[in-house]
Amino acid sequence: MKTRVYVTLKGGVLDPQGKAIHNALEGLGFSGVNDVRAGKLIELDLADNVGEADVDAMCRKLLANTVIENYRIERA
Amino acid sequence: MKSAVVVFPGSNCDRDLAVALAQVTGRDPVMLWHRENEIPQGTDIIAVPGGFSYGDYLRSGAMAARSPVMRAVAEAASRGVAVLGICNGFQILTEAGLLPGALMRNAGLSFVCRDVKLSVGTSQSIFTSRYEEGETVTFPVAHHDGNYTADPETLDRLEGEGRVAFRYAEQVNGSARSIAGVLNDAGNVLGMMPHPERVIEAAHGKTDGLRLFEGLVETVTA
Repeated sequence: MKTRVYVTLKGGVLDPQGKAIHNALEGLGFSGVNDVRAGKLIELDLADNVGEADVDAMCRKLLANTVIENYRIERA
Repeated sequence: MKSAVVVFPGSNCDRDLAVALAQVTGRDPVMLWHRENEIPQGTDIIAVPGGFSYGDYLRSGAMAARSPVMRAVAEAASRGVAVLGICNGFQILTEAGLLPGALMRNAGLSFVCRDVKLSVGTSQSIFTSRYEEGETVTFPVAHHDGNYTADPETLDRLEGEGRVAFRYAEQVNGSARSIAGVLNDAGNVLGMMPHPERVIEAAHGKTDGLRLFEGLVETVTA
């Protein structure tokens, strides 16, 4: 089963990469971009017996650093 | 006095650290490959070196922090063995949960590789006993992800408990409260982004880092 894990920086955490992307977009003439936050998408191909709790544990133990990142699990 | 240096695929400061430890302890450290499950009995100091372990995949230090040897390092740290993580070693120690906070991409986005001035945050630690609190020292830095981040309560606690070992005395990477190195609550684990092992002999141009290793050996032996 395909499962997607979205890893994003927590709200209060400054995102230097997002800021650089924002600046580059403005440099290209795209106006109206209020903010940019960059994150990661991790795609997992899982056996049927792998449950939601297992994926949550994967996120907490490795895929996200919960000091600075949030994660969201999306099962296909 | 027995010391050990952990080596991951992609470590590149392991030999510099080995030279520094050999110089102050009088014997070569054990080099511990990342697949090792045990720290040799009687090890007094474990050093986690700089570099780009596992190619910095996922996050700097993330893969290394989950390697077999780091479970053994965590166990040794819980017994009070001194653990020193430098640069990527600092990133690994935070990822492993042995130190609070996280190291993010430098605020300026650039890799920073130069000498920087640091202020010694405390002399009350096994790592900094040979420095004066507030003293300025110069160590090189070489990192892309050295921007120290933690929640405000954690930062207050680190400052209140005298656990900020080193601060940047100039703008380097955007670190919260200019933190360059922090101690764990027991005081036997230090992580720092600057490289003391690169300034230990006259040929390096500076020797400010030597006192860290000398002080560590002195306090651990005492």
